[in-house]
Amino acid sequence: MTTITHTTRAVATSSRPGAGAALRHTATLAWRSLVQIKHNPMELIDLSVQPIMFLLLFTYVFGGAIAGSTGDYLQFALPGLVAQNMLFASMTTAVGLNVDITKGVFDRLRSLPISRSAPLAGRIVADTLKQVWAFALFLGLGLVLGFRVHTGIAGVLGALALLLTFALAMSWTAVLAGVTAASMEKVQILMFSLMMPITFTSNAFVATDTMPSWLQKWVEVNPVSHLADAVRGLLGGGPVAPDATVSLLWAAGIVVVFAPLAVRAFRNRT
Amino acid sequence: MGYAIQAEGLAKRYGETRALDGVDLEVPQGRLLGVLGPNGAGKTTVVRILATLVRPDGGRAHVAGFDVVRQAHQVRTLIGLTGQYAAVDETLTGAENLVMIGRLLGLTRAEARRRAGRLLGRFALGEAGGRAAKTYSGGMRRRLDLAASLVGRPQVLFLDEPTTGLDPRSRTELWGVVRGLQDEGVTVLLTTQYLEEADQLANDIVVFDHGKVIASGTPDGLKAAAGGQVLEVRPIEAAHLDLVRRVVADVLDVTPEVSQGQVTAPVRDPAAVPAIVRRLDDLDVLAAELSLRRASLDEVFLALTGHRADVPDEAGEEQNAGAAA
Repeated sequence: MTTITHTTRAVATSSRPGAGAALRHTATLAWRSLVQIKHNPMELIDLSVQPIMFLLLFTYVFGGAIAGSTGDYLQFALPGLVAQNMLFASMTTAVGLNVDITKGVFDRLRSLPISRSAPLAGRIVADTLKQVWAFALFLGLGLVLGFRVHTGIAGVLGALALLLTFALAMSWTAVLAGVTAASMEKVQILMFSLMMPITFTSNAFVATDTMPSWLQKWVEVNPVSHLADAVRGLLGGGPVAPDATVSLLWAAGIVVVFAPLAVRAFRNRT
Repeated sequence: MGYAIQAEGLAKRYGETRALDGVDLEVPQGRLLGVLGPNGAGKTTVVRILATLVRPDGGRAHVAGFDVVRQAHQVRTLIGLTGQYAAVDETLTGAENLVMIGRLLGLTRAEARRRAGRLLGRFALGEAGGRAAKTYSGGMRRRLDLAASLVGRPQVLFLDEPTTGLDPRSRTELWGVVRGLQDEGVTVLLTTQYLEEADQLANDIVVFDHGKVIASGTPDGLKAAAGGQVLEVRPIEAAHLDLVRRVVADVLDVTPEVSQGQVTAPVRDPAAVPAIVRRLDDLDVLAAELSLRRASLDEVFLALTGHRADVPDEAGEEQNAGAAA
């Protein structure tokens, strides 16, 4: 056994780590969430399977029936699929957080002299990078299958920015679920049974006017509809501002309601 | 300075439960304090307060001279924590777990790698360092967890039931590691449910029950007070049970417990045992079993408190209380 001498660690003079240190801690913890992909390339496949599968299934199974042609349907449905996938993916934050808390990893991190927000921020940064990957995959595969971007790079970046903004807002609900749920399985069930109906009762996959009128009322309010329409505009051309505005208002509303709840639950649990 | 850990009147409640009800602790620098108690006694809560994870509702505590509430950050620079659950990221390799902590503590990448390598070697994890922690055995995970709490070269180390759930061999190995740390002058607060563990490692012991310190002293003192050993006699014929009880009561001058066909009594002086054997022999009572064993925590409790350590399943309880609050 090697002998390790215990020298007194320099005592920090300031009572809290500064902004630079907080960024460094966040980067280290984001690395921690991403490095698993390096060992286990299956992680990347896990991350990619749903986008690829949904894109292929929706285009070729429903395309003909819904839009009369798979090409037209792809142009319509890809923005909806992108929005849906983003919502589902934002929930992975909940699962990761829940595992950290129940396994005690969170306690270990909190007993270290690091920025208090870094454990949460690191995870969210990593999950955001995964969102970028999924978006790129959707777009890349979509282009191969015949999806056309009519706006150019600015439109693509605009769509990504809007989606990430919404995903960040949604991550507050993920934090709330991850902190309050007793186990990872419960988080997954809760998230799935919430996200499935919310994403499907929108105009993401079919035009609103094909639905019963009582449902249309909800579909027109549903943020997923506005997000899908805004992405349609940003990628395919057409009006963007009204739907983007409503999406951002929704995002703001979600933050106003869920951020305080999540922070409170977080403080109580940890 | 004298004390590495000082606590005064610590109190914490979770809903209606008083997890801690006025606890005082003092651990001189370089000593190992064993906190002994059954599940639900408040051991974990005290560790969580001292490790700055939970704020006390009442009382004050200082670790290495810093207030755990007002100077939590300074406290965190000086402590290491190994909790009841091996708090390692299972998807990372053993080495990556340690490098991550090193990086978080401000080491450069190269320094963090060197430190991780040295700790892995020290804890006999050198070969396994490149494997994901989820492939580790329970004992290996605990060692990795302990290694993680040492990356920052803590002055004060909190070990919350570090050997619960380990097989005897892994337990003995972990004891060796803890002794090594003591030799290096690290102050340790170790909680345990096992009298033997406290006996093996601790300089001083405090016994917790229902959120209070009910006894404190050296291991020897405590055992003497509690009756270090226990005599169990099981007569072949159940009809002789009362006779055995009377003989044991007479010789040992205690009130034995009779249950499930056997008589149990604390023994202060093992020399009294042959006398009991002779008396039973004179009375033609044959014993199916007659044994002298170390007092269990339960019996120490009975001796110290007059009641059994009767909180059934609390491994989860303190944790859940913390979660629900």
